[in-house]
Amino acid sequence: MIYYVAAFSLILIGAYAVLVKKNMIKIVLGLSLIDSGVNILLVALGYINGKTAPIFSNPSLKAEGMVDPVPQALVLTAIVIGVAVTALALTIVIRLHDHHKTLDISKIRELKW
Amino acid sequence: MRKAIAVIFLGIIGYYLLATFFNIPFGIARVLDGVGFKYLAMGVPDTGAANVVTSIVVNFRGFDTLGEVTVLFLAATGMGALLHHREPMKRSRQNASIIVKAGARILFPLIIILGAYVFVHGHLTPGGGFQGGAIIASGFLLMFMSYRSYHVNHVVISRVESLAGSTFVIIGLFGLVYGHSFLANVLPLGTVNTLFSAGVIPLIYIAVGFKVGSELTGLLDTMLKTVK
Repeated sequence: MIYYVAAFSLILIGAYAVLVKKNMIKIVLGLSLIDSGVNILLVALGYINGKTAPIFSNPSLKAEGMVDPVPQALVLTAIVIGVAVTALALTIVIRLHDHHKTLDISKIRELKW
Repeated sequence: MRKAIAVIFLGIIGYYLLATFFNIPFGIARVLDGVGFKYLAMGVPDTGAANVVTSIVVNFRGFDTLGEVTVLFLAATGMGALLHHREPMKRSRQNASIIVKAGARILFPLIIILGAYVFVHGHLTPGGGFQGGAIIASGFLLMFMSYRSYHVNHVVISRVESLAGSTFVIIGLFGLVYGHSFLANVLPLGTVNTLFSAGVIPLIYIAVGFKVGSELTGLLDTMLKTVK
């Protein structure tokens, strides 16, 4: 249960940063936090009490004693995509800073109509 | 005002999310004969990889991993395009202290070896190409941070990256020619739990490790060069 609470705390803290903060780097950090929260949630959903990691490193291990490997494989993909998204978002922040000389998103007036 | 509205809004969302998820019991097997158990039962006989997560990522869903590598490549390309400057920029950051410099010089080869170990043993232990590549890139980041004059050759990096990416696709095409499908495991599976086992999985993960390592290193270098 504590894992659900941790995952949702991360998601909500990230969403708060995206909604309230005006510094663009903090907004990107918020997106990254949401990403981590979703990853923890997925892995927690795949966990089964008393079972071990899905690696047959020992002949005594049986498939019945292992947790679901599918969420772990999905999260492995999601982490890499998250890195790509964060890197691209920070690149756009760098370009916006070059152009407007500010990181404050409310000072970039062209976004408003 | 904005903060208050955001907190109330997120509080409502959080309450309903938690209320819903408390109905989903934690830590019990939900799907008794789902795809996960199929993978656990068939992973070792079908692919020869002791690590079932690796056999899913590289073999059962190998095409998906090719797409994932492509997304990473697109991000690196997009960064290169957005941060392109006519005149090459010089990095001008503070010089690190002598302790950091000496420590970085000792740690750098060890970090590279750890990264190589992680991606070579991806089919036996937790880890794999993506994790190993990230470790290698973190070693290069340590060097970028310690030595202001340290630089990597972008031509070499992009060559390594393209070569590793092509290796992945060529191994996949071998599966199409000699096996039954793209990325089929055409090499002998060997004994489970030894280094030379699992057919094409270690080869693909080594290629992915080189690709991710060089890509992230290039990405860090591009970003650090824009700092004036």
